[in-house]
Amino acid sequence: MSSSTMTIHLKIWRQKNSHSKGRFETYTLDQVDEHMSFLEMLDVLNEQLIMEDGDPVEFDYDCREGICGSCNLVINGKAHGPKHLTAVCQLHMRNYNDGDTVVIEPARAAAFPVIKDLVVDRTAFDRIIEAGGYVSVKTGSAPEANLIPVNQKKANQAFDFATCIGCGACVAACPNSSASLFTGAKIAHLNKLPQGQPERNERVLAMVDQMQKEGFGDCSNFAECEAVCPVGISISAIAEMRRDYMKALFDD
Amino acid sequence: MKLDSKVPSGPLEEKWSKHLNEIKLLSPNNKRKHSVIVVGTGLAGASAAASLAELGYHVKVFCIQDSGRRAHSIAAQGGINAAKNYPNDGDSIWRLFYDTIKGGDYRSREANVYRLAEVANEIIDQAVAQGVPFAREYSGLLDNRSFGGAQVSRTFYARGQTGQQLLLGAYQAMMKMVHTGKIDYHPRKEMLDLVVIDGQARGIITRDLVSGAMEKWAADAVVLCTGGYGNVFYLSTNAKNSNVTAAWRCHKRGAAFANPCYVQIHPTCIPVSGDYQSKLTLMSESLRNDGRVWVPKDPKDERKADKIPEEDRYYYLEERYPSFGNLVPRDVASRNAKIVTDEGMGVGATGKAVYLDFRDAILRDGEDGIRAKYGNLFDMYENITGENPYKVPMRIFPAVHYTMGGLWVDYDLMSNVPGLFVAGEANFSDHGANRLGASALMQGLADGYFVLPYTLGNFIADSDLSRPDTDHEAFEEALSASKAQIDKLLAIKGNKTVVEFHRDLGNILWDKVGISRSREGLQQAINDIQVLRKEFWQNVRVPGEAGYYNKYLEFACRVADFFELAELMAEDALQREESCGCHLREEFQSEEGEAIRNDEKYSYVAAWEYKGLNGKLEEKLHKEDLEFEFVEPTQRSYK
Ligand SMILES: Cc1cc2nc3c(=O)[nH]c(=O)nc-3n(C[C@H](O)[C@H](O)[C@H](O)COP(=O)(O)OP(=O)(O)OC[C@H]3O[C@@H](n4cnc5c(N)ncnc54)[C@H](O)[C@@H]3O)c2cc1C
Ligand code: FES
Repeated sequence: MSSSTMTIHLKIWRQKNSHSKGRFETYTLDQVDEHMSFLEMLDVLNEQLIMEDGDPVEFDYDCREGICGSCNLVINGKAHGPKHLTAVCQLHMRNYNDGDTVVIEPARAAAFPVIKDLVVDRTAFDRIIEAGGYVSVKTGSAPEANLIPVNQKKANQAFDFATCIGCGACVAACPNSSASLFTGAKIAHLNKLPQGQPERNERVLAMVDQMQKEGFGDCSNFAECEAVCPVGISISAIAEMRRDYMKALFDD
Repeated sequence: MKLDSKVPSGPLEEKWSKHLNEIKLLSPNNKRKHSVIVVGTGLAGASAAASLAELGYHVKVFCIQDSGRRAHSIAAQGGINAAKNYPNDGDSIWRLFYDTIKGGDYRSREANVYRLAEVANEIIDQAVAQGVPFAREYSGLLDNRSFGGAQVSRTFYARGQTGQQLLLGAYQAMMKMVHTGKIDYHPRKEMLDLVVIDGQARGIITRDLVSGAMEKWAADAVVLCTGGYGNVFYLSTNAKNSNVTAAWRCHKRGAAFANPCYVQIHPTCIPVSGDYQSKLTLMSESLRNDGRVWVPKDPKDERKADKIPEEDRYYYLEERYPSFGNLVPRDVASRNAKIVTDEGMGVGATGKAVYLDFRDAILRDGEDGIRAKYGNLFDMYENITGENPYKVPMRIFPAVHYTMGGLWVDYDLMSNVPGLFVAGEANFSDHGANRLGASALMQGLADGYFVLPYTLGNFIADSDLSRPDTDHEAFEEALSASKAQIDKLLAIKGNKTVVEFHRDLGNILWDKVGISRSREGLQQAINDIQVLRKEFWQNVRVPGEAGYYNKYLEFACRVADFFELAELMAEDALQREESCGCHLREEFQSEEGEAIRNDEKYSYVAAWEYKGLNGKLEEKLHKEDLEFEFVEPTQRSYK
């Protein structure tokens, strides 16, 4: 496999902590290999910064396979960068050209305060799940698994929503910083399944309530969230959430 | 040090139920008075934390990531085993037990493995009730597939995201208990030490990864669920933050480390493309069902794969193992890939790869047929390599994947330090010298949902514990020691980065403590590790300060521990003068290159006791003899 290298200009958001003001810094990297991943390019930049006594750029990551949802950079204004259905950790430099300028920012939202540079605090997502994103089944109390048959199509639909990786790109992309796609996906996953029925009303009311308390905005159907979602969660999750919410209000 | 496995007496099938009947119980009132620390929120930690909190204990849970949901377990793809026998193909608890113990090459405890097979069915029930969307048939009932060469279909799966879905189930159960106030939840806090008072584990020291604050936490018991140590090799399929720090620091506080040399190397990963490589990506093993593995016969063959005619291709697995062919177990496939590439037949720019070719499968089933089966994997491959595997063969190479070794535990999953329990990949318990596919998820959840909640209660009911108290001087001592280490690392200001040191350490291990090992190589490795470790402490360059978010400082602390563990791995591999499971000693193989096990001398668990570090790592070997009462060890053969 032959590979070619390129020069990339970077404009990266630097911010010491949540209290301080941030700013863009520019860097230039030569010899960027087309087979590098985007995050590996940042690793290489950091190695250079460390040797020059600079401050390495902080960004979140763990699996680097697009499944843990840790990474969440906004690249040239787009959450997770240019490639459709791809988390930034799976993005490779062959998607760029020699001489390109790349602007990298954190996932900005009032509910996601910046911790340092490109790292943000997403614990609001944990609290939304905590409010009701589960089926209350104590360990040991479950019935035999095949006593709960689930229509295959329904199970697949539920699965499509269950694949959310909780990265927060939907929030970063939304002009209102709404967390509706994230919240709606969890509600739709559980409410579609028979296991989720007993708590369906309480779940949707509590989760939507928590989402609002965390300071996420409302959804006005821009659909930017769906466009950037690295796992392709459908915006129909939001419609289902609204419907379930209204039903739950009247059921109560 | 005394190692008592505490395996209950009696017939294999009755050990666990008998033990449960004899276990001491705590009344709900009493449970409320007790607190437990759970470190880690992977399958083992999240399931343990949720279950213990449901029982009434007060639980404090910690993890490195910004959310418990991001633990490395999230990345598991293939599936989870259980002997439900839904397909009616003759599976049973006994068979699952037998396959697992045989797969481990008879280097695990019979009683533990049997219990694992026994509780596996309950895991599936629990997960389904939580809403885990396992694959289903048209009937709406659960679907199974055959995985990792098993003769029965016992693997439950959720597309290629089984780990994600199981983890989300456990994480959600945990978050529910956070909501009730029974769990204090602490993401982005890393455990740096274990606090032992009067010989008992009584708490931990953590560093807050956002503020840098060092904190003390006390409890009646500590449960370690901190995952495996594959990242000691630098490159592995593990998530970047996976590490050995928590387990290693417990080891230095007295917990025995068992079988550190048992490392599983997965045969089908995407090869390294350059020095900048930061991790390796697993391609599902299922690809070997249809792909054919080969290399050009002539090392100098420069032709493109599709220009190499049949007679110039070496289908080495099919030729050497006619009955299993491309489906030989992981260790055999990995070893053979190394052999052919060492002989110069490797392909690609680095020569460190072999072909996995779908040409014949596509001719047979059509491109659509193959796309239906493996479409997402093919897309992933193309995304990473920029090559289209429908047109050119995939290039694959083995990569470090899973560590069977870990902290020694007894039947109750308690280490030799009373009050310190260890679950999931962090312990050594159930996989012997080789783990079968789809059995790590099973073990993590078995430990957390169905073993610990009982055995930990037994320990607490049985002990006369003083009130947990962070004012005890042992907490201050441990905290100062962790702090001093951080200060020392920051003060070195050397000329080589943490990543460079880690990569160099990984290269030593991969070359000499990797797929195959020899006496000479291991001795050399020990020497090389010592030299590099010394240089690390003189010349590492850690940027920034301790009082804020500083990922390279986190890495420096972890790499410092990897440097010590690495030496123990080589030491352990050196003393085990046999080949078993994933541990291949070049001196102990047949003329055809097959592993030769030595049951007479090496049928034991090697449990190491830390004795000090003085340029050289001092460790004392203790042996827990493995007795096979119920199965007879046989030699594996895949010819
Ligand atoms: C790519 C891949 C695919 C796999 N596929 C399968 C499969 O199909 N089937 C199967 O059975 N197995 C599979 N495995 C293996 C399996 O995923 C793991 O063995 C298992 O998930 C480990 O779970 P765990 O709970 O023990 O640890 P982990 O999931 O690794 O969790 C460790 C936890 O500990 C925390 N932690 C670590 N150190 C500290 C510290 N010092 N302080 C605080 N917290 C800490 C972490 O934050 C994390 O929460 C796969 C593994 C890989 C790499
Ligand atoms: S690092 Fe895990 S999804 Fe990107």
